[in-house]
Amino acid sequence: METTVKMQSDTLELELDEPAQESLLPVMLAAQNGRWSGYWHLLKARVTELRREPGVVFWIFGFPLLLAVALGMAFRNKAPDVSRVAVIAGPGADHVMRLLRSAPRPELVRADVLSETDAHHRFQFGKYDLVVAAKGNDSFVYEYDSTRPESVLAQLVVDNQLEIATGRKDTLQSSTRASTEPGSRYIDFLIPGIIGMNLMMSGLWSVGFVVVDMRQRKILKRYVATPMRRSDFLLAISTSSLSLMVLGVLPLLGCGIMAFHMPIAGSWASILLVSAAGAFTFAGMGLLAASRTQKSETANGIINIVTLPMWMLSGVFFSYEHFPEAIQPLLKLLPLTALNDALRSIILEGASLRLQGFRLLVLSFWGGISFMLALRWFRWT
Amino acid sequence: MDVAIRCRDLKKTYDGKLHAVAGIDLEIKAGECFGLLGPNGAGKTTTIEILEGLLAPTSGEVEIFGYRWKTHGRQLREWIGISLQETGLSERLTVCEIIDLYASFYRNPRRSDEIIEEMSLGEKAGSWVGKLSGGQKQRLVIATALVGNPRILFLDEPTSGLDPQSRRQLWEIIRRFQSRGGTVLLTTHYMDEAERLCDRISVVDHGRIIASGSPALLIERLCGNKLIEFVTSNKLGEAVTEDWDGLPGVDRVTQENGKILLSVHEPHATIPALLAVAQQRGLRLEHLATRQASLEDVFVHLTGRHLREDLNGNYSQNAK
Repeated sequence: METTVKMQSDTLELELDEPAQESLLPVMLAAQNGRWSGYWHLLKARVTELRREPGVVFWIFGFPLLLAVALGMAFRNKAPDVSRVAVIAGPGADHVMRLLRSAPRPELVRADVLSETDAHHRFQFGKYDLVVAAKGNDSFVYEYDSTRPESVLAQLVVDNQLEIATGRKDTLQSSTRASTEPGSRYIDFLIPGIIGMNLMMSGLWSVGFVVVDMRQRKILKRYVATPMRRSDFLLAISTSSLSLMVLGVLPLLGCGIMAFHMPIAGSWASILLVSAAGAFTFAGMGLLAASRTQKSETANGIINIVTLPMWMLSGVFFSYEHFPEAIQPLLKLLPLTALNDALRSIILEGASLRLQGFRLLVLSFWGGISFMLALRWFRWT
Repeated sequence: MDVAIRCRDLKKTYDGKLHAVAGIDLEIKAGECFGLLGPNGAGKTTTIEILEGLLAPTSGEVEIFGYRWKTHGRQLREWIGISLQETGLSERLTVCEIIDLYASFYRNPRRSDEIIEEMSLGEKAGSWVGKLSGGQKQRLVIATALVGNPRILFLDEPTSGLDPQSRRQLWEIIRRFQSRGGTVLLTTHYMDEAERLCDRISVVDHGRIIASGSPALLIERLCGNKLIEFVTSNKLGEAVTEDWDGLPGVDRVTQENGKILLSVHEPHATIPALLAVAQQRGLRLEHLATRQASLEDVFVHLTGRHLREDLNGNYSQNAK
C-alpha cells in the first residue's frame, strides 16, 4: 500500500481548493481568423521547419550541384585518350620507341619498356592497353584485348603510328574536327538529366517522407482534432514542396551556365513550366506513396522502389537509347523519361513548348492519377 | 444545467470480435469535471476518441451540446480542445510558433501571449519544442488544446509520466479552466488525480462502466469510511485469515497481499475488539494500520484487480 500512502502525501501538499482569483477574468481573444489563416500558418510552419533542417537544404540544393560538378569535371573535354603501351624489352625495343617518338602525333601514345613478365602482368591488370613485341626491325606482334575498347583503340593507333613512321603514305586526303562545342558535350546532356532526377527525388522525399513522418509521430492526428481544413494541410505541403523543387532547378542551371558554359537554347519560361509540371507529378507520386503508409521505414522502401528503376531507365546519366528498341516506347511512358526528354529538348535544342505535348501529357497523367488516388486513400491516423 | 456530452449505448468492435467499448452511457453536464477511471486497456482511450469525433463508433450515439459529429463536425471542432494520449508536435518549431499555428485553425482563438503566460511557458516561448522538458511539453500540449477557447476540454491521461510538480501545475490549469465555466472530460489511472479533480467519475473495465458517482460517494458506498489492515499469525507462524467479520462495526473483510483488510465506519470501536480477540486466540498481530479508503480500494472491490496492476506487477489478485 506504499503507493496509496505516497499519493496521499502528494495531495496533502496541494491547496487546489483555494479559488484562483485571476482565473475568473475573461480570456483575451485574438483577432478573428479568416478563411486562409490555417493554410498560411501551415505553409509558414513547413517552410520554417525546412529552413531549420540543414539536411534538407543540402539534399535538395547542395547534393545535385555537387553531383553535376563532379561528373562535369570527370567527363570534361580532356585531351584525346592516351594509349598506354608496354614494349617488351629486347633487341628491337629501342627501335620501337624511336619510331613512336618520330611518328606525326607522338602525344597519342605513352610507351614504356618492360620485361616480358612485367608487361603481361600489368597488361592483365589494365595498367597498359597494349603489349608490343618487336620481332626484328620491321615486324611487330601486338597483344591486345578485343573486349576492351581502349585496347582495340591502342592497337589501331600504335599500328597507324608505326606504319606512318616507317614511311606509309596516305592516299586519302581527310581532315577531322573534334566536337567540343558547348551544347553537344556530355555535361550538356547531364545537367538536364540531373534537374529531372532532382525533381523526382525531392518530390517523393519532401512530400512522401514528410507526410509519413508526421503521421507516424501522430502530428496529423492532432491536426485533424482541430477545425483545420484537411485540404489546407495537403495544399500547404504540396505548395511548399512545389516551390522548393522549382527553386532547386535554378542553381543547377546556374552551375551549368557559369561553370560549364552550357548554352540555354530554349526559353526560361518553358524550362520553369516543364519543371513545375514535373514537380507536380512527383509531388503527387510522393503523396500517393505516403497516403496510407504508417512507418517511415516502409515509406523509405516504397520511394526507393519507385525511384530506382527511373534512375536507370529514364536517361539521367546515359541515354536510354542504349536499351533494346522494343522497350523504348515503354520507357518514354515513364514520368522521368518524359521530363528529361522535355528538359533536354528545350534546353539543348531550343524546342518550343508546343513540341512537348506528349511529354506533358505523360507527366500530367501520372501526376493527376497519383493526386486523385492519394486524396481518396489518404489516412490521417 | 446544459448537457455538454451525452452518449448512449456506445460500442466499438475491432475486427468484429474484440469489444474495446461494450456499451457505454454517459451524461456530462456543462461546467462539470468528469473522469473516466480504469486500468490500461479498459477502453478509456477508445471511448474518449469516439466522443472527440476521431473514431467512429460501431454503434451508439454521441451528442456534444446536442449536436452530432456527422452533421456538425466542423462547428464542434471549434468548441472542443483535445489533448491526445500521445501528441506529436513538430520538434523544430518554437513554443510560440506552435501556439500560433494551432490558433490559426480556429475562428476565434485566444491570444497566444496570454496562453503562454497562463501555461508558465514565457521563458520557453522562443525554444524549439524538441528542447522542452516533459512537463513543459505537456503544458504546451494543453496550450494547443486551450488556444481555441474551447467549451469542452478532452484530456486523455494528461499527467501520465510527469513528475509530481508538473502534475500539480497541470491540475491547477485544469481547475482554472473549469472555474471559467469549462467542461472537462479526462481519463486517468491515477486515483489521486480523479479524487482531486473530478466532480464525478465512472469506473471503466473491459469496455463497460462498472460504477459511477462522485469519488467520495463511491468510496463511502463501496468501501466504508476507513480501512484497518493487519497481518496475523498463530504460534506455528501460519497466517490466520478466518473469522474476522464477527468484530463490531465491520462491513466487509477482504484480503490483499496476505494482509487482512476490514472496512469499518468507526475504527475506535473495532480496534480494541480486534486486539482483544487476537490476545484471546493467542495470535501475533503485525503491521496494524488504519487508513482512509481510496478509489483504489473501490476499484479492487469492484474488479478484484488493482488499477495499475500492469504498471506495478507485484500486486496479486487475491482480493475476492
